[in-house]
Amino acid sequence: MHIIEFKGLTKYFGGLAALEEVSFRIKENAIFSVIGPNGAGKTTLFNCLTGLTKPSRGEILFKGKNIVGLPPHSISKAGIARTFQNIRLFKEMTVLENVLSGQHNSYGQKIWSSLLRTKDFLRQEESLRQRAYEYLEFVGLHEELNKLAGELPYGSQRRLEIARALATEAEVVLLDEPTAGMNPQETAEMMQIMKRLKEIGKTVVLIEHDMKVVMGISEWIIVLDHGVKISEGTPEMVKNDPLVIEAYLGKETHA
Amino acid sequence: MFLQQFIQGLTLGYVYALMALGYTMVYGILQLINFAHGEIYMLGAYMTVISFGFFTGAGLTKTHLFLSLILSMLLSIIFVSAYGATVERIAYRPLRNAPRLSPLISAIGVSIFLQNFVMLTQGATYKVFPPVFSNTGLTIGGAKVTPVQLTIILLSSVVMIFLHLFISKTKTGKAMRAVAQDRIMASLVGIDTDRIIAITFIIGSALAAIAGFMVTLYYSLINYYMGYIAGIKAFTAAVLGGIGSIPGAMVGGLLLGLIEGLAAGYISSEYKDAYAFIVLIIILLIRPAGLFKRPMEEKV
Repeated sequence: MHIIEFKGLTKYFGGLAALEEVSFRIKENAIFSVIGPNGAGKTTLFNCLTGLTKPSRGEILFKGKNIVGLPPHSISKAGIARTFQNIRLFKEMTVLENVLSGQHNSYGQKIWSSLLRTKDFLRQEESLRQRAYEYLEFVGLHEELNKLAGELPYGSQRRLEIARALATEAEVVLLDEPTAGMNPQETAEMMQIMKRLKEIGKTVVLIEHDMKVVMGISEWIIVLDHGVKISEGTPEMVKNDPLVIEAYLGKETHA
Repeated sequence: MFLQQFIQGLTLGYVYALMALGYTMVYGILQLINFAHGEIYMLGAYMTVISFGFFTGAGLTKTHLFLSLILSMLLSIIFVSAYGATVERIAYRPLRNAPRLSPLISAIGVSIFLQNFVMLTQGATYKVFPPVFSNTGLTIGGAKVTPVQLTIILLSSVVMIFLHLFISKTKTGKAMRAVAQDRIMASLVGIDTDRIIAITFIIGSALAAIAGFMVTLYYSLINYYMGYIAGIKAFTAAVLGGIGSIPGAMVGGLLLGLIEGLAAGYISSEYKDAYAFIVLIIILLIRPAGLFKRPMEEKV
């Protein structure tokens, strides 16, 4: 089953094509990677998928429905969550509050019941907290509940972003360079988290520069260069594609 | 004399604080100084006088004075919130992604429009609110507290406690904090940011309406340009506390009221309006981030 399908997605910034006629499909419950040199259009792809950028042309089907033109909060409700290359946590909130913010749409609440703290409200609040705790446990931050998000070490902030994304109950989690700036041990931990995301049924879409990570866990990879899809396939196939080597790995050996 | 001036300052301070909250909440969420906020407060005063006049005509004020006051305030809150939400919808939302200067200029335009709109429809002369409270009041330690002053102090305190609970405890309140910290991220966790911004304007306008209601009771005289100077003073109060900070706006408002009250008593009441600006200049020179904000607080 394919959960996401891109059909001829095109995005111009002024006269520059950041994405040009990009088409591909993402299998449900897969670990899927988008790679390509800097400026290839990877983040633009994520921005289109989450509603932050409106594509100039083309369709994005999520579970068969076109989501182009929907505002970000509707796409989040539909089941797509993401993290950012440059971490975007609510820094002035605690770790727990950050995860609770992700649950915004998973509960209805009357103003009066929250001001008066009725039984129903307290029960709901308790179950939300319990779930938030489980998400934090998933990423290994359950002992830092009341720390301010901005005070966490870098690696933990990245993991907190994932916990918050999970809290939206997304089926698809987009990770924008989750291991950027991490040491080898943190990177290994992050790879474990991604594998476990798959185990609990999520579809993981990854933008990543670390080839060890990409080749190690991806089931399918697409390669972008200057906004155009130049290759796609299993890690083995992509690794041996002369076009990829020329556009991407080739450049790396010169650098 | 100290206590008398203190009470007078405190009363004014509560009015400034309610208005400053509107400035600070909108700034916190949009980084926009809503220069039309003073006019929203002025509309609150006019709606109070108009509603109360209506109830007088209907004969309700003679039999149920207290009820007609409450109803006047509620009507004022409802109408003025609708004005606030409309202003946001037509003057600010279309400029959401424009450079920061554009909504600021739009705000000044709205302010001028509303002043002239009220002048043309309600006349350029003062409107009078009938003195419904007695002026005798109770005496505390040699100082007189009138029923209106007491009403203002109590009502504002209750409103502020509610606001605090709303922001810290409710889902919408928490979403407001998330939007203030990072609007894009908030939308990505599923928060409808346009809705939250509209709610912020509605709450800010409701607070301004209550301030307008209270000032109408207090001074009995209103006019179409009353929002200008009051708006600038409330803005000063918000800056004093640290614009964007809610406790800052509350404390800044009270502090500014007290400074004005005491300076009017001990220095001269001729310069009553100048003190606020002296305070503004001093804060901007020595602590531009305000009392309640860390100087280098990051704004995403």
